[in-house]
Amino acid sequence: MTNHWVDIKNANVIIVMGGNAAEAHPCGFKWVTEAKAHNQAKFIVIDPRFTRSASVADLYAPLRTGTDIAFLGGVINYLLSHDKIQHEYVKAYTNASFIVADGYKFGEGLFSGYDEATRTYDRSSWAYEIGPDGYAKIDETMQNRRCVLQLLKSHYSRYTPETVSGICGTPKETFLKVCELIATTSVPNRTLTFMYALGWTQHSVGSQMIRTAAMVQLLLGNVGMAGGGVNALRGHSNIQGLTDLGLLSDLLPGYLTLPRENETDYQAYIAKRALKPLRPGQMSYWQNYGKFHVSLMKAWYGANATTGNNWCYDWLPKLDKVYDVLQVFELMAQGKLNGYVCQGFNPLGSIPNKAKLIKAMSQLKYLVVIDPLATETSCFWENHGDYNDVDPAKIATEVIRLPSTCFAEENGSLTNSGRWLQWHYKGAPPPGDAKPDADIIAGIFLKLRELYRKEGGAFPDPILNLTWDYAIPHAPAPEELAREYNGKALADLTDPKDPTKVLMKRGQLLDGFAQLRDDGSTSCGCWLYSGAWTEKGNMMARRDNYDPSGLGSTLNWAFAWPANRRVLYNRASCDLQGRPWDPNRKLVYWDGIKWTGADVPDFKPDSAPAEGMSPFIMQPEGVGRLFALDKMAEGPFPEHYEPFETPIATNPLHPRVISNPAARVFRDDLAAFGTSKEYPYAATTYRVTEHFHFWTKHTLLSSILQPEQFVEIGEELAKEKGIRAGDLVKVWSKRGFIKAKAVVTKRIKPLKVNGTTVYHVGIPIHWGFKGIARDGYLANTLTPFVGDANTQTPEFKSFLVNIEKA
Amino acid sequence: MDITRRQFAKICAAGLGSSSLAALGFSPDPVLAEVREFKLTGATETRNTCPYCSVSCGLIMHSLGDRAKNAEESIFHIEGDPDHPVNRGTLCPKGAGLVDFIHSPNRLRYPEYRAPGSSAWKRISWDEAFTKVARLMKDDRDKNFVAKNAAGATVNRWLTTGFLAASASSNESGHITHKVIRNLGILGFDNQARV
Amino acid sequence: MALQSLDIIRRSATTTPPPGVRQTEKLAKLIDISKCIGCKACQVACMEWNDTRDAIGHNHGVLDDPMDLTENSWTVMRYSEVETDRGLEWLIRKDGCMHCADPGCLKACPAPGAIVQYSNGIVDFHEENCIGCGYCITGCPFNIPRLSKKDSKVYKCTLCADRVAVGLEPACVKTCPTGAIVFGTKEKMIQHAEERLVDLKERGYAHAGLYNPKGVGGTHVMYVLPHADAPSLYHGLPDEPKIDFWVAFWKGAAKPIGNWLLGLVAFAAFLHYITVGPNEADEANDKEPEHAGGKP
Repeated sequence: MTNHWVDIKNANVIIVMGGNAAEAHPCGFKWVTEAKAHNQAKFIVIDPRFTRSASVADLYAPLRTGTDIAFLGGVINYLLSHDKIQHEYVKAYTNASFIVADGYKFGEGLFSGYDEATRTYDRSSWAYEIGPDGYAKIDETMQNRRCVLQLLKSHYSRYTPETVSGICGTPKETFLKVCELIATTSVPNRTLTFMYALGWTQHSVGSQMIRTAAMVQLLLGNVGMAGGGVNALRGHSNIQGLTDLGLLSDLLPGYLTLPRENETDYQAYIAKRALKPLRPGQMSYWQNYGKFHVSLMKAWYGANATTGNNWCYDWLPKLDKVYDVLQVFELMAQGKLNGYVCQGFNPLGSIPNKAKLIKAMSQLKYLVVIDPLATETSCFWENHGDYNDVDPAKIATEVIRLPSTCFAEENGSLTNSGRWLQWHYKGAPPPGDAKPDADIIAGIFLKLRELYRKEGGAFPDPILNLTWDYAIPHAPAPEELAREYNGKALADLTDPKDPTKVLMKRGQLLDGFAQLRDDGSTSCGCWLYSGAWTEKGNMMARRDNYDPSGLGSTLNWAFAWPANRRVLYNRASCDLQGRPWDPNRKLVYWDGIKWTGADVPDFKPDSAPAEGMSPFIMQPEGVGRLFALDKMAEGPFPEHYEPFETPIATNPLHPRVISNPAARVFRDDLAAFGTSKEYPYAATTYRVTEHFHFWTKHTLLSSILQPEQFVEIGEELAKEKGIRAGDLVKVWSKRGFIKAKAVVTKRIKPLKVNGTTVYHVGIPIHWGFKGIARDGYLANTLTPFVGDANTQTPEFKSFLVNIEKA
Repeated sequence: MDITRRQFAKICAAGLGSSSLAALGFSPDPVLAEVREFKLTGATETRNTCPYCSVSCGLIMHSLGDRAKNAEESIFHIEGDPDHPVNRGTLCPKGAGLVDFIHSPNRLRYPEYRAPGSSAWKRISWDEAFTKVARLMKDDRDKNFVAKNAAGATVNRWLTTGFLAASASSNESGHITHKVIRNLGILGFDNQARV
Repeated sequence: MALQSLDIIRRSATTTPPPGVRQTEKLAKLIDISKCIGCKACQVACMEWNDTRDAIGHNHGVLDDPMDLTENSWTVMRYSEVETDRGLEWLIRKDGCMHCADPGCLKACPAPGAIVQYSNGIVDFHEENCIGCGYCITGCPFNIPRLSKKDSKVYKCTLCADRVAVGLEPACVKTCPTGAIVFGTKEKMIQHAEERLVDLKERGYAHAGLYNPKGVGGTHVMYVLPHADAPSLYHGLPDEPKIDFWVAFWKGAAKPIGNWLLGLVAFAAFLHYITVGPNEADEANDKEPEHAGGKP
């Protein structure tokens, strides 16, 4: 989230799209009902299904699954053609006025630089025109036909209300009503907030859906504002934390990035990431990259990391490509993986195309599962009839299953979607011999280290020299680990302006990442989390909920990254002179000497407005990007592409480029896509409010509420197929079938799309062959093995199925 | 007036039954009706965070005993933390049922091993488990570790074993997991951010 | 706030007047249907607090589950998909005991002390006194109490009398994620409802209103209904609930007569006894099927 849960109460218009907050995040959703009750907010839900969120909405707009870019592109067109943008904001705080280099083009569904053979773009033409001074060129009048605003206008001029309606199936009048409500927030003192979750991320164009929303918000001047922003509701309790801590193929903690194999030169690796300002007077905060990186290496390798060995740069594994979970299961299916460890993760339930997963896992030599629960993954070799039809005798995989504690049985912190790190405490011992995850990792590591000490082996250096100074080596305390990622001074840190002044003594915990150095005198396991546990103690455990501004900025409750800031980009909530756009919602302001206010300013605290520093300090140009440069795989402006399995078999905007041209598709999976002829119905998977993923089917109270697997279909489709509510139905895709009870509802209406009628089949995911709820089929038996071109998040939300009475 | 069977029952119920004994003075037992005893008096309270979605609601867990040495703690009730700025004491249907998650019959209790081709789990000790896992990992790493790529550049990566990290475990466990896994050279490393 | 015997204002099948000096404040739960998202958190919190667990059932082609109130589920969400002049509306109502000011269940109950009403308005069942006759079920205008097959006792929502007694809100109220269920003095709840009605009317619900039906003397569980002109839209919420005529009749106008008649019968029996002597047991009569009213 750019903002945070409580901040939603400050919004004037709230859109839930690509998510279903009432069902998946009910307690956060209270701030929607609060905004309605006490801020007279209007609430809009845009979804293929009339969800529980929609049940309390002022306006519900149906749309076909996978067409959100078309819808939001239409909104951009509406805002530009009706002149409903926040002019001052757009001009000063976005790259609307920046001139785009000549090579950039768009036509017939493709941007410049496409290579069909590799399905990738050469993105070098997606760039600003750079002046002789090294800075990007701008045109303050924004009339230049190559400036971002003009290109934006022309790009989205194709997204007329009629086109939107034809692609999305949203009635034109409903679409226009949504546009009108959104447009009311283009004035400086009204804000719109977007709340989204997996309904946007789980598409082959998911990242671009989110970008389109961000662009709408920039045009309306809603980013950085109380009650504004683009808010990822996120999934698991600590998915934000695990992402921040970089537990992904190509990341290091704090969104530092792992080097590619061609980055053999350490200085070049740093220089490429320590971005220089692209406009005069800009902060370009990533210039500090080296400080974060060196401090991380010091946390990992201690005295072994020296300037002489480039802080052990060679010890880091180098990427030839990104090994995301789809790539890994593809390799596993090809028999190229021997071992796999699943820590609190049930991939057999959570990754698409179960048949492929079973084939893949059966080829592993060993599988290690660390979990509090008996998951399907750990039991993938068990025969459960139709639900899991395998022959254990033919599966040679060794499986070791290790019981871990659950939340109630350990101390530690979780990071919520509002970026708050909150500490929790152990309330009881775990059942049996279960151990905390950290102890299990330590147990495996210490055994490995012992073996490497005794036997030697492949490149043992990082294993033998990894910092491991925990009081009890086989049971590192959460408190020790938290201090390790917070960081400390390894030598006395002196004031650069006055070397006689010692700012931090050797061994002291750092106050925050501003104190990090690139000379090896600080260590920090995750720069973004620096400040979480300082000499003042555990900032994550703070419990003062005092909210002096009434805006929900409870600065003394827990710790929020970065630097305890509650609303990101909050400098943008003020005009160029540093005065809040909305005097009634003052997050921060310039008091004549410094930036101050109800939140921690997201800005250089002493940079006077007259100095001209722009609010988006992480960007080298200092402004929000309407034009994404080369940051997105499929183009600098989001474009509507159909799901890989599309019910209309064409793309009405450009029939020759139907689906995301830059999405990675493995050869075998291409053959496993179905067509609308055989599989005529648009399917989408989702969660229902009674359950949490595949966990709560192990929980009695939750199983009572939704005991048995079901799918949802509209009355019209049910009638056509002779299905009555409560009937057992079979749903199948090109990859497999499931059987479930039919819920027949008025809440899923047929949509008129591109001259045909599209029916949706709704498939909740929560059942499987382990648990105390009734056994069911893993819904991912049906889903396609293709992901978003940037994140490789699978396209769980849009695919094709057929259905009949079982 | 027509009287249905149901109405007849009601007449009898209302008329005969309840008026009878009491009216005749066989009355009420001493009126001692009391509400159920408040079940949390004396329970130990522990603050925690809901492990399900990323709203991260504050919890108060109530456990048996007062942490005295001889009392075995067991959580028997969980409700929302009213001081928490986001949930303000509320919990959703999943969170409100957390006590049944903690006590799920499907919680794992002991390390277990499933041999190739076997149809059953076998209970093993932690030491056996760690030894087995370390052995399997080391053998695979030693055999398949890539120190240099075809171009001769140092790459120090291990691609034949992958790791999926828990996205509901704590930051502290995430931190130590990343530290260990990355330094084994593993690149097939992912978490639930995508799914 | 502890609810002792002195706080009981009515007791089933009891004629002696309850102690009446102490008067606690009238409390109420307000369910604002316009804020309810049907998440069922209240169902879980209810079972969790009261240490009941319903059965793991089946899906019946709807999202409702459990399908009905049971001795373990003292509240359930009821979902209705309704087309109104506003288009499709998904009306979701938390169903459970309304805690009537004039409780039909208590009036119908023949078991002394099985149903009581506290001075704060809570109508509570004391199962140890329940004889399992089920009259409370027929006496209830909302069809709420449920008879357990396991122990032949009747169960329903207690409004968490044990929590309220120590100054806490009921479990369902506390857990409700969106603030659709609120709790306080009845006066404050009516005020709260009035605020909500202003908002709803501004959003075009011309007939929004408070459901606090007079037919049962008002209730201590009230609804804010966006369509208060048609309560039955909400999964058959009674438009005008009232205590069944016969229950009301016997407990009202006819009760003194009944008592007088009973007294007369007793007096006659006494005369019979002193003049004729005790009856001999009549085995044939004993074996006759029990009269519906004869159980006590």
